[in-house]
Amino acid sequence: MKMQYFIQGGDFSAGGRASTEVKSTIKQFNIPPDKVRRIAVALYEAEMNVVAHAYRGTMNVDLRPDFIRVVFEDEGPGIEDIEKAMEEGFSTASDKVRQMGFGAGMGLPNIKKNCDEMILSSIPGKGTRLEIKVVF
Amino acid sequence: MSNKKENMKLQKICDIVEGTFINEFQYSPEYSKADYTKAFASDLMSDVLRFSMENTVLITGLSTIQTVRTAVISNLTCLIIARDKRVTDDMINLATESRISIISTKASVYEISGLLYKNGLKPVY
Repeated sequence: MKMQYFIQGGDFSAGGRASTEVKSTIKQFNIPPDKVRRIAVALYEAEMNVVAHAYRGTMNVDLRPDFIRVVFEDEGPGIEDIEKAMEEGFSTASDKVRQMGFGAGMGLPNIKKNCDEMILSSIPGKGTRLEIKVVF
Repeated sequence: MSNKKENMKLQKICDIVEGTFINEFQYSPEYSKADYTKAFASDLMSDVLRFSMENTVLITGLSTIQTVRTAVISNLTCLIIARDKRVTDDMINLATESRISIISTKASVYEISGLLYKNGLKPVY
């Protein structure tokens, strides 16, 4: 099963809508509740990253009987130093992001913690691609 | 300090913090069934997303749509909004649709935490 969502950068009121939709869809399948929660958390953090940092992006979900793979691709400033971005507490978020309860440098570590595979690549000045996989 | 573990119903939680329910969810059948054993206090949603939140009440001073989305994502079904922060209609709609109760109170995060701790709700972390 495949699903595609568009994510608008800077739209904080819509941020998280795609992840909540995916969560309610995958809940209908026979996936352990803890896995559903982990997937939902990883997607939500990733979606909020696109909203917080990029101009626009897409989220492509590929749901298979034994795993889920989700690819986020955005157009935006990209990440200068991925290793640094992965550090807990490192953040380049704006005040607006922080007012929404994010931007404390925990998004990427949270995503990593909740998925089985995570591939992050970026071209500064162009955009970022994040691929995550959770095996059931 | 209390060591007893309490299973708490929503109405009792609301009474303890002298709050009011601000969506209509308390009239649904799930309302009387839900039991809470733990509480977590945070304004940082990424922190909330780090832990399993089953049977947990979230105490927060952050009243935005993302507070409710975080609740949906982490299976939280009760939010306590501190210091009478304004709860918007889109928050109420999303909460009701997602079967999440929102309690609003004049008390601060510190006071709410103390009251619920004293009455037996355990910390998540």
